[in-house]
Amino acid sequence: MDPVNLHPAPVPSLEVSGLAYAYPDGHQALFGVDLTVARGERVALLGPNGAGKTTLVLHLNGILDAGAGTVRVAGLPVEKRHLAEIRRRVGIVFQDPDDQLFMPTVREDVAFGPATAGLRGPELEERVMTALRRVGMEEYAARPPHHLSFGQRRRVAVATVLAMEPEILVLDEPSSNLDPASRRELADILRSLDVTVLMVTHDLPYALELCPRAVILSEGVIAADDRTQDLLCDDALMRGHRLELPFGFDPRSVSVPRP
Amino acid sequence: MHVPDGFINAPVSAVAGVVAAGAVAVSLRGARRELGGASRPGGPGSGGERTAPLAGLVAAFIFAVQMLNFPVAAGTSGHLLGGALAAILVGPCTGVLCITVVLLMQGILFADGGLTALGVNITVMGVVTTVVAYALFRGLTRVLPRTRRSTTAAAFVAALVSVPAAAVAFTLIYAIGGTTDVPIGKVLTAMAGVHVLIGIGEAAITALTVGAVIAVRPDLVYGARGSATPLKLRVDGELVDAPASPAPSPAPAATRSARTVWATGLAAALVLAGVVSFYASANPDGLEKVAADKGIDEKVQEHDAAGSPLADYGVKDISDARLSGGLAGVIGVGATVVVGSGVFWAVRRRRTPQEPASRTTGSV
Amino acid sequence: MGSGHAHRLYRHGHSPVHALPPHCKLAAVLCFVVVVVSTPREAVWAFALYALLIAAVAAVARIPPGFLLKRLAIEVPFVAFAVLMPFVVPGEQAELLGVPVSVPGLWGAWNVLAKGTLGVAASVILASTTELRALLLGLQRLKLPPLLVQIAAFMIRYGDVVTDELRRMSVARRSRGFEARGVRHWGVLARTAGALFIRSYERGERVHLAMVSRGYTGTMPVTDEVTASRAQWAHAAALPALALVVCLLGWTL
Repeated sequence: MDPVNLHPAPVPSLEVSGLAYAYPDGHQALFGVDLTVARGERVALLGPNGAGKTTLVLHLNGILDAGAGTVRVAGLPVEKRHLAEIRRRVGIVFQDPDDQLFMPTVREDVAFGPATAGLRGPELEERVMTALRRVGMEEYAARPPHHLSFGQRRRVAVATVLAMEPEILVLDEPSSNLDPASRRELADILRSLDVTVLMVTHDLPYALELCPRAVILSEGVIAADDRTQDLLCDDALMRGHRLELPFGFDPRSVSVPRP
Repeated sequence: MHVPDGFINAPVSAVAGVVAAGAVAVSLRGARRELGGASRPGGPGSGGERTAPLAGLVAAFIFAVQMLNFPVAAGTSGHLLGGALAAILVGPCTGVLCITVVLLMQGILFADGGLTALGVNITVMGVVTTVVAYALFRGLTRVLPRTRRSTTAAAFVAALVSVPAAAVAFTLIYAIGGTTDVPIGKVLTAMAGVHVLIGIGEAAITALTVGAVIAVRPDLVYGARGSATPLKLRVDGELVDAPASPAPSPAPAATRSARTVWATGLAAALVLAGVVSFYASANPDGLEKVAADKGIDEKVQEHDAAGSPLADYGVKDISDARLSGGLAGVIGVGATVVVGSGVFWAVRRRRTPQEPASRTTGSV
Repeated sequence: MGSGHAHRLYRHGHSPVHALPPHCKLAAVLCFVVVVVSTPREAVWAFALYALLIAAVAAVARIPPGFLLKRLAIEVPFVAFAVLMPFVVPGEQAELLGVPVSVPGLWGAWNVLAKGTLGVAASVILASTTELRALLLGLQRLKLPPLLVQIAAFMIRYGDVVTDELRRMSVARRSRGFEARGVRHWGVLARTAGALFIRSYERGERVHLAMVSRGYTGTMPVTDEVTASRAQWAHAAALPALALVVCLLGWTL
């Protein structure tokens, strides 16, 4: 083992340690979550309804304040004084694209994030078109969001976050309500990006297809953290955390490329 | 109903525009407070950030709910105007903003209501209904016992009075600057009569809707702030009342500055109403009357020939009109002052103990 | 009051009027309507000239006359009111088709009809040649408070969304066999309205969340500005300027 490390491991995109949180009404949702996501990884966050997945996600960009524990994004702690930078680094795509596309046209929505950070003029335009090109929606720049199909709106929502050139892309149920073609289009887009991805999902085949690694959040802690395929093949584990595979889907039969 | 162009003459329309602009300016500041201190104590960022999306969505709600058909009988149906509902659900300032935006967009996008009449429309349908409804609602909820039933009853009365109040306000504006000569008495009875009926419908819908919201999310009803059942603690197996939280300190300063703005606005309205009613009744009506008399036919020539009787009649008419205009202006401003003070009193009282601002940020 | 509001007037096109900056058009139409309202009602010929001006602008904007006339139907309630006036206003009587009417009433009716119709026509021309987004930018350029313009933008963006939700709730309600027929059913309708309010408010909170997640700290970033050259202002000013000439003539003649 070479004692001199010529290529030190890059700072992990996300480091959550000991995160605990209780709602104002007293109900505690997270009981000490530990999660580390390395740069470039794609990780699926699985778990039953009500496990606290969305609550965890909202801690990643400082919308919720941790009661205990820390969150670091590419080494920067999530604190009030760093919030602007944190929100640039963590790009959250929420479940309902309509909540996220609040400007009159696609171009303005995608421009919102970088413009708020101070970008203007041709630089801004370049950033917007690059983001739209990455999701394949550059022809729709002048359209109002309600003229787009649901799948297209999802893609634009991803673009609005990509335009900020984030460190980590966090997606909340990205494949929900998408028809199979749109699901595939989104999967292709996510595979082509070289950004770290944390995907909250119930869609287990989607998780298997896109994320080599998966973690299960159950009862406020990380209950399992393993290769996605191994996780899905562990029947006892799945049953124990209310995770079920779709009818006829056999994870053992899927050949997932080893990273 | 949206007033079209040409119904109210230009000077009074302009003054109404100024009044509306003033009301909107006050509401822009007030809305920040109302929406910031809304449902979730704390929450990401300060209140000022939330104003645009929240008020925008409420405005979209008002816009949509105005299209909901409430069948009355055999083919006829009523619609909600929404001023009272907006005031009770999100507060008077936000309510004024929402209705203003809806009226503005209806006027510009759908050609509904004259562009010159925007000031009148906003004042009558936006400001008067909202402010009157909120003042009544707060006043009644203070007096009545704190139950859900009294909240819905208060909403009913507030909405019921708000509609004829708007009609009266319109009649006053019409008295000062209307371009037709329908006698004020007739206008008043017609407007007030019809609008009391409309008011009953509006009251029923408003009360039922407020009741529906309170049943599910009482924390979202702005007008019912402070009337939540106090928390209880279990101490040694006994239920005791949780201690009341101290009032937040920055409140009085904000109320004082809002008060100055209101006072200045009312004074300005008083002066303007007095000055313009003076001018309005002295000139355009008089001029139009003379022009009309001249322009129509020969009968008028006889009157002209008669000279002084017309002059006397004209002068007498003008001074009467001036008096009546001035009187109307004073009554109008007086009513506004009463209502405004009612709102003030209600707003100031609101600064008594409420839910404590939590140090943890909002929950999801 | 609720009906007839939802039809957007914008017609896509490439006429010179479409190309004018929005704040020029807004200012021009507003001035025009102010001038029309300030014209004495007895100068009937003036209103005929105004109608010609409007028709000319509509022609330049390539708005089909049928479209314009159909949209004028919005003012039907006030036509009804205007029709009543000759019978309600006191004053010297005359005979119209055998029916006694008051002359001041007729003048009052004419006044309201003429000015109201011209106002609506001008608004329709403005709305049908200007895109939503441009209108908001124009309003902002004309110094309407930015917060108000923002609220309007959100209202427009989510107006359709909320209306759709209302429609879906109505469909679901009627699919369960409930048909609202009278006042006794208002409770159910009001519950729909209440649920819609809660959904809209919560959506507002979620939108705010999404904005904050992209760095929003209270002021919207300014990404678009509308500018106008002197020539464009001159073109836009043609309408109110000509109208002003007519108005002044109307007062002096």
